[in-house]
Amino acid sequence: MIARVLLLLAALLAAGCGAAPKAWERGALAAPEMAFEPDPLLSGYRDHVHLSKEQASGGGSAGGGGCGCAN
Amino acid sequence: MRACAGLFVLMTLGAAPDLSAVERGQPAPAFEGALLSDGAPARLADLRGKVVYLDFWASWCGPCRQSLPWMEKVRGEFAPAGFEVFAVNVDEDPADGLRFLRRYPVSFPVLGDARGAIAALYDVQDMPSSYLIDRRGAVRHVHRGFNRDDAARLRARIAQLVAEQP
Repeated sequence: MIARVLLLLAALLAAGCGAAPKAWERGALAAPEMAFEPDPLLSGYRDHVHLSKEQASGGGSAGGGGCGCAN
Repeated sequence: MRACAGLFVLMTLGAAPDLSAVERGQPAPAFEGALLSDGAPARLADLRGKVVYLDFWASWCGPCRQSLPWMEKVRGEFAPAGFEVFAVNVDEDPADGLRFLRRYPVSFPVLGDARGAIAALYDVQDMPSSYLIDRRGAVRHVHRGFNRDDAARLRARIAQLVAEQP
């Protein structure tokens, strides 16, 4: 019984993945507020400022700087 | 249990691309719709005998800002030789399409397809997409996307089809 319920839940979950929006259904996705980078120029500039200020910690990346400190 | 498993398979299969897209060489599927401007009925079949540039566009589609003015220009050039542009607007809110048309006015018919029924009939793969239909009603070219280089090639294709005698 539990297995059945789980399988049904899995099927319902998978149903959400089934239908990708068609080319003509992407109006909402094309809205500016849906963009990952709404303003690439501005975010590039911020990255640059951040990098120059936080150089010792590795700037914008997670790798860390050469000083051995964690953050 | 088995029914559930079957359901699972069916639902995941939905993710597979379907192969119903209209291709070159096929007859252009017939449809009718209502004009975006005043809701008057319009049918693709009414344009039989003309070369038709069927275009699917939306206000949110970037390249459409180039393609619509271009279509208007090409239409003016070839209309006397038996050419027409038939545009289908797929905006969910027709007001968005109308606002776009106020900014980029066109003189060819524009259908409203808010529910995407016509786009689904052609299984449009990209925005914008256009279908070049010859005088006999057969799709001769399917074009996806639009940029300036495409414009010259498309114009040449239109000139070629217009020159064909039915």
